[in-house]
Amino acid sequence: MARMKFVCDAERCIECNSCVTACKNENEVPWGVNRRRVVTLNDGVPGEKSISVACMHCSDAPCMAVCPVQCFYRTEEGVVLHDKDVCIGCGYCSYACPFGAPQFPSQGTFGVRGKMDKCTFCAGGPETNGSEAEFEKYGRNRLAEGKLPACAEMCSTKALLAGDGDVVADIFRTRVVQRGKGAEVWGWGTAYGSQQAGKPPVNGVQK
Amino acid sequence: MKRPGLIALGVALAASCLVACGEKPQTNAQGVKRDAVPWSGTSSQQNAGTVFTAPGWKVGDKTAWQQQLKTRTQNGQNEYNKEN
Repeated sequence: MARMKFVCDAERCIECNSCVTACKNENEVPWGVNRRRVVTLNDGVPGEKSISVACMHCSDAPCMAVCPVQCFYRTEEGVVLHDKDVCIGCGYCSYACPFGAPQFPSQGTFGVRGKMDKCTFCAGGPETNGSEAEFEKYGRNRLAEGKLPACAEMCSTKALLAGDGDVVADIFRTRVVQRGKGAEVWGWGTAYGSQQAGKPPVNGVQK
Repeated sequence: MKRPGLIALGVALAASCLVACGEKPQTNAQGVKRDAVPWSGTSSQQNAGTVFTAPGWKVGDKTAWQQQLKTRTQNGQNEYNKEN
């Protein structure tokens, strides 16, 4: 099995924010924290694009590298998780993360910063699977229920894909080939070995 | 006599260089509690599911869980499967 991955298809995302709502509801995310957000590029300009952003569960996660108490770990399936009992709330991870994934609730006394909170790929945390403690600290453990993250399963246009990296990549490639554009983007050849990598389609034909 | 020795040395050198391509273990940091594997289910009993567990796979079976996630991704997120 490959690693668990998220991919957001900017050609399909309609900025409906259902992924954000699904995540908030499923995991009962605290006030002031959005584990998932929709970012719009060139907002208001014709041709604007939106993407849904959360923790990308990096293979070489910078949050994990900078954590002074080593509260992060990566599961066998490639999901980056953390232990809130070990976290000291220093905030280094939020500065290191390029996606703004680690966030800190501030509903404590005098607005004190709490323990870090981030997307768990709906995989809970290091408490007993399905336990109340796991739900309160990290949210729902859908992976252990044989399900995928709620954000992706709730996405109305299926812009947000989540699951086994091989399957997700296969679905995305099929879409690009069907729509006849997209393989010209940087990195396509590295990812898929396309003959057309880095070049625009010839007469609208994607190879 | 000299040539096989040189080849063996070259292979050994190449193999030692490949070590750099490996990954550091990141599965569990020091001091962090052990996390249960996801295919062990969410029930308080060992290798058992609850009413919320998706049907179609055997809880406790890693291969069945992996296949379940792949099938669920294809069925739920790849509409080309439905249309064609």
